[in-house]
Amino acid sequence: MNMKKPKPGTIAAYLVLSLFSIVMLFPFVWMLSSSLKDATQIFKLKLFPDAPTLDNYRYILFSESSKFPRWFLNSAIVAVCTTVSVLFFDSLLGYTLSKYRFPGKNIIFMLIVSTLMIPTEMLVIPWYAMARSLKWVNTYWGIMFPGMISAFGVFLMRQFMQTIPDDLIDAARVDGRGEFMIFLTVVLPLVTPALATLAIFNFIGNWNAFLWPLIAASKPRMFTLPVGLANFSGEAGSDWHYIMTGAAVAMAPLVAVFLLFQKQIVRGIAMTGLKG
Amino acid sequence: MTLATKRAITAYTFLALPLVFFICVRLGPMLYMLVMSFSDWGLLRKQTRFIGLGNYVTIFSDPVFLQSLGNTMRYAIFGAPAVIAISLSIALLLDLIPKGKALFRLIYVLPYITPIVAVSWVWRWMYLQPPLGVINELLMAIGLPAQGFLNSPDQALQSIMAVNVWAELGYCTTIFLAGLQTIPKEISEAARIDGANGRLLLFKVTLPLLLPITLFLTVMEGIQFLRIFTQVYNMSFQAMGGPLNSTKSAALYIYQKAFTNFEMAQAASASLVLFVIIMTVTAIQLKFFDKKMNY
Amino acid sequence: MKARKGLIFTVLIFLAVVAAGAQTVTITYWQYFYESKVKLVDELIKKFEAANPGIKVEQVTFPYESFNQKVAASIPAGEGPDVITLFYGWLPMYVKGGYLQELPPAEFNKAYFDKTYYPFVAESVDFGGKYYSAPTAVRTLALIWNKKLFKEAGYDPNTPPRTLEELVTYAKKLSKFDAQGNLVQSGLLMQPSGQGHSWLREVLFRQFGNLPYSADYRKVSYADANGVAAFKWYTDLITKDKVGYPNFATDDVTAFKAGKGAMNIDGSFRIATLNAVKDLEWGVAELPSYKGIKSNYASYWTHGIVSGTKGKKLEASIKFLKYLTSPEVQELWLERVGELPATPALSEKYKNDPVVQPFLKGLAYAKASLFVDEAGQRTVFVDMIDEVVLKKADPAAVLKAAAAKEQAIIDNFWK
Repeated sequence: MNMKKPKPGTIAAYLVLSLFSIVMLFPFVWMLSSSLKDATQIFKLKLFPDAPTLDNYRYILFSESSKFPRWFLNSAIVAVCTTVSVLFFDSLLGYTLSKYRFPGKNIIFMLIVSTLMIPTEMLVIPWYAMARSLKWVNTYWGIMFPGMISAFGVFLMRQFMQTIPDDLIDAARVDGRGEFMIFLTVVLPLVTPALATLAIFNFIGNWNAFLWPLIAASKPRMFTLPVGLANFSGEAGSDWHYIMTGAAVAMAPLVAVFLLFQKQIVRGIAMTGLKG
Repeated sequence: MTLATKRAITAYTFLALPLVFFICVRLGPMLYMLVMSFSDWGLLRKQTRFIGLGNYVTIFSDPVFLQSLGNTMRYAIFGAPAVIAISLSIALLLDLIPKGKALFRLIYVLPYITPIVAVSWVWRWMYLQPPLGVINELLMAIGLPAQGFLNSPDQALQSIMAVNVWAELGYCTTIFLAGLQTIPKEISEAARIDGANGRLLLFKVTLPLLLPITLFLTVMEGIQFLRIFTQVYNMSFQAMGGPLNSTKSAALYIYQKAFTNFEMAQAASASLVLFVIIMTVTAIQLKFFDKKMNY
Repeated sequence: MKARKGLIFTVLIFLAVVAAGAQTVTITYWQYFYESKVKLVDELIKKFEAANPGIKVEQVTFPYESFNQKVAASIPAGEGPDVITLFYGWLPMYVKGGYLQELPPAEFNKAYFDKTYYPFVAESVDFGGKYYSAPTAVRTLALIWNKKLFKEAGYDPNTPPRTLEELVTYAKKLSKFDAQGNLVQSGLLMQPSGQGHSWLREVLFRQFGNLPYSADYRKVSYADANGVAAFKWYTDLITKDKVGYPNFATDDVTAFKAGKGAMNIDGSFRIATLNAVKDLEWGVAELPSYKGIKSNYASYWTHGIVSGTKGKKLEASIKFLKYLTSPEVQELWLERVGELPATPALSEKYKNDPVVQPFLKGLAYAKASLFVDEAGQRTVFVDMIDEVVLKKADPAAVLKAAAAKEQAIIDNFWK
């Protein structure tokens, strides 16, 4: 094998891709740069602030009048609880729909998958009517209930469950274990990669969700981060240095999740795409 | 009781709660909407009566609704193909390079996973007119005239669309790239031996093989753009879908009808119209690509 | 026997005190989020609770943009507040929707309002002899200017323009442009969605000899020749003189705080906000007059009690409402928020305060528009200005179309 010189085409590809990376990254860089400027510096359009300061972060995260810590907590509660629920119910559903035989199985599966066709926008009005009459407005449950089970997750988990050999399950039955225990102790450990993917996507989705939390939470102390951020610019003008800091704070956990689990995320995206 | 019956009972037990969920939270509400769209349900009215097709007459004679439908179509017709074209080009370029694929892909996916609200405000900050907007500052630095962007009725829709294209690129690129990697090397090798040059290879081999993925992504992105809400809500002044309703999407119209004017039934009718549009566009896309694939 | 009676009496009093202590009534108070107001009310609640053991008040706030929708969505469902502070322009909608209950007529009657409040307040809270709300403070518009930018342009930092003609001259000289001709410093901030629409509606139209509405505000009449002249004067500032445009530097308040705008038309409620900005030297003057005509727009937020509140909560709510409208609170409100006392007598001692005085002067001749759908009617104005500024439409035609649109909103409400 001889060493190949890079072809001009390859060099051009690198060049285009690098330029494109700048376009993709610049908004993040500008956000961070703006978040390090104070109320007067913010209006000087310099990439590197003259006197970078962490005061904005101190204000957003620790000051008494800032509601961000509370919104952060709300977002975390909503994202974690829905994710735990989705993991449990979706894998149970996926398992039942792939490994059990019973009348109506296909109809039930079709019914669940057909709900994927109904976008959230269609449902917020009846959900709101429901939440209002059941007094769920401004409660965590009110924000979370539509996301407790995900039809897409059922579809995904069912595909995965089908790869589990029936022998394993039958062997556990012979051991005399209960059906639910088999699901918990035999089946779930076998699908952990799929669970991880589902967990990451569900967490991201719920952390970023906007339309329903905007409707379900009307009191500022029940806002999630995106809703709080959207309401941040008020009648007393727009404090851009705080808005940019708030945006950075809202993104931080996701960027962390992303960097930690990038392989799973990329695999997850590719998987969902290729399934179609 | 036979073993099979026992198992079936177990299965139904596992399914019971989730089924209640799907019926109460997804299917039931959809049905409820359909029924209520024929009523005059409003939060400010004490009683609800059925008024037949009244709401549909009302919204279709509302110029703002028609404008929002037009805007929604513009978002989808220009936005979705842009995402597909750009992400496909990037994926093909990424497929060319021997090293650094993962890093580039990482950079491109970043916007896709960050909260839309946060990036919308960042872009809004960058889009400002002089002397505050950095994009205009850059344009002027290279001698181009400053633009109105979100403040101009002719550019605001495109400016918001561009942000959504930017955010969706990583998702499509990743899927295209995964698709490219499933194309067996033997096929391209065989074509090369047959004397096909790069361009021929691309148009006769690679792209046709990517057609199913392109179809899937076009449908997904089409739906995504038809549903556009969060970007418009956060990037237009006071969440109004302005200037002069030029960026108002159908989803924002529905939100405002329901939660600013409290005309719930009119909003329900408008959402059913949007639903029918989404279904129709999806069906047309599927049909269009179906023909292409069979020729 | 006497001793025994006395004992029973003592025990009864003791029990009553214990019962009162145990039976704490909690009422909920809503207002929109405006930092200086929220902070002040937090303190007021502490004082009120100390003076009224057995009553607890919980303050809940919402952003201005979503305040109305939260209220309308919550009150009919019975999950709303007991006492609520709302913009006077929303009153007709709230009263018609049955959200508010009539205040006890024994105390809150015509005589009381006429005696206590400015005439425009007494008129606009009167719904056929019934009263549903009472305010603490009122606001007017004034011209505010940045003294530093005045000095830079060679103007005396303490002499603002007095007439509309002078205003235009000043605004032109105070505007700065970059090499491309983009506005980088606005001579006069033009924000219709802020106070701009009120300035046009109640001030400019009248100054140009037009009567914008009939006396009962049910007929729109600003689309005549004088109205067009006023509207053209306003839009010319944007399109011809280019001294400012809507959403310049995000909005007028942001621009003024950042020193990017030299003059603005703004309300007295902004005093606290602007005082909090470091290194900003600013002045306040009465709105510029035109051909000797002065006019101003007055508005206020007013406190009402929601229709579902009953029994002990109602008693507590009335007490709290009375406290909020008391002279003591009215003065604190001026000091801390900048809004003027709604009772004329209380402003006497501020007659010579340089910041308060111009706003007070405006009050003497101010009008409070009667809105039926404040947001909708504001949007009509914002959009008509955008039509001329952004789409280069003909002002006369636009104003006529806008008048028809606003008339339709009003007719729809009263039908």
